[in-house]
Amino acid sequence: MIRVVLALAVLVLGSTGGEIAITHGMKSVGEPARLRPRAVLEFLGRAVRNGWIWAGVPLMALSFYSLLLLLSWEPISLVIPASALSYVVGTFGAKYVLGEDVSVARWAGVVLVCVGVALVAVG
Amino acid sequence: MASERRLRIKTLVMVLAMVVCANAGDLLLKRGMAQIGPVELTAQGLAQAFRLTVTSATIWAAIFFLLGFMVSYMTVLSWADYSYVMPAGAFGYAVLTFLAVVFLHESVSPRRWVGVVLICVGVLLVGQTKPRTTQVASEAAA
Repeated sequence: MIRVVLALAVLVLGSTGGEIAITHGMKSVGEPARLRPRAVLEFLGRAVRNGWIWAGVPLMALSFYSLLLLLSWEPISLVIPASALSYVVGTFGAKYVLGEDVSVARWAGVVLVCVGVALVAVG
Repeated sequence: MASERRLRIKTLVMVLAMVVCANAGDLLLKRGMAQIGPVELTAQGLAQAFRLTVTSATIWAAIFFLLGFMVSYMTVLSWADYSYVMPAGAFGYAVLTFLAVVFLHESVSPRRWVGVVLICVGVLLVGQTKPRTTQVASEAAA
């Protein structure tokens, strides 16, 4: 039981931590001047030189390995709904780490999406 | 305001590109690996699987779409909120259910339909909010 909870914590915190690091990195890279192939390539060139992107990737890899471990221990109908918690944890991260303004409507939407994804995954 | 409308439209277009690329990539990867068949975990089996995957057009198409997902995800996060993009991306689960019903004629349980409805309402709620509530580097420098 404890190992499942720990692996789930690594899964959720790894994926949200990784995505928050990537979001922070992309915000500091700044948006592409235009959505044209050349401008987007230049933008990607700037992005791969950003340290936050490379901090995010291993966290997401860690989360992925944790997912594989969990899937080897527990049925998928438990693992995927539990991992839908990432939506709520990610929104807390967006608010308190990235300083995003999460309105009541956005919170309500996130909670509905989280429950909806869990129900779809259970099937 | 025109700039806000433009921001909303380009964010929605990018989220749509993310959802399409992620789903197309996953489906193609699944189809490509099914064509290759079960991989034997021996040196010879792995070498054979590697040779088959790098020469499979379906696998390359899957990689192309998954790269497209990564590029559109990183691009949209350069201007839009994470707390906006993340739940909006869940729209893909609803799209997959509709595709499974229409093209694969799968039967879908009532519980799963309830999930799809909740996801759609949730995405609509998030979609109503401002896509960006923080400053972006290029603006901060201006």
